[in-house]
Amino acid sequence: MSDDPAHPGLQHDVRLSERAKRAQAIHRLLVSKNIIGPDEVAEVIERVRTRTPADGATVVARAWTDPAFKTRLVEDARSAVLELGYRLSHDAGLAVVENTARIHHLVVCTLCSCYPTALLGPPPDWYKSFAYRQRAVVEPRAVMREFGLVLDEGIPVRVVDSTADLRYLVLPRRPIGTAGFSETELAELVTRDSMIGVGEARAPA
Amino acid sequence: MRIGDVVSVRTETPAHHHRTPWIVKGKTWRNASITAPFFNPESRAHGGDGLPKQMLCSVEFRQVDLWGARYREDARDRLLIDIYEHWLEPQ
Repeated sequence: MSDDPAHPGLQHDVRLSERAKRAQAIHRLLVSKNIIGPDEVAEVIERVRTRTPADGATVVARAWTDPAFKTRLVEDARSAVLELGYRLSHDAGLAVVENTARIHHLVVCTLCSCYPTALLGPPPDWYKSFAYRQRAVVEPRAVMREFGLVLDEGIPVRVVDSTADLRYLVLPRRPIGTAGFSETELAELVTRDSMIGVGEARAPA
Repeated sequence: MRIGDVVSVRTETPAHHHRTPWIVKGKTWRNASITAPFFNPESRAHGGDGLPKQMLCSVEFRQVDLWGARYREDARDRLLIDIYEHWLEPQ
């Protein structure tokens, strides 16, 4: 049992579930038919796992400190992010929506779990849950409240349902009291949840 | 299809994989932006090459138009959703 692509050689003493057996059988077939290379799945898993929300936070902090970059980021996120040296797969679309005092964005994928993994890493389990996917579209404020976010009175909510190859990142509002902060200091205030829209960036200590 | 066009989402439910959620089928509002061409997932999901690519449009709906009285939050709230152009009909 050494053909688990993520953990070669580590499965000797593990009883495999039916699903795991099926995944391994499909993997063997795809490799034997030369549809994918023997290490391709492991490489993709590794690439996704090594990305973390810190990558997205760096992009957000740059946008907060460089207005020209922010404009480029909102207009053409893919080019702006490539400019910072991030790797994106050739066909991955990326869009950035900006939260302001006049509009709040919340991202969901009602059909599955589309997520900007290139900048945030793998999605949290709740993002993939039926509960989040169903409720975020019909009662966004109630969902945000459960995450501890209560919007200021009168700010309309725009839920972004990411149903295709275009992945959405929220550009949260810059916290007050951060004038003069460096990009590194600012990036530490940017949480994963604030880039999904279920939270805000942290206030400075 | 141009930005600002009023569009409706087609209502059919084909047997094959498609990425148009039922919540917007038959609903009408405006094309907020046209993003980029992408491989057609309806073809790719069934072993096809995804060609010709389809333009992806970001269509904006009023939440109250989607949910009616079930929507109890702000009447100005919106849903922005990406729909492939071949699912849209100009009004």
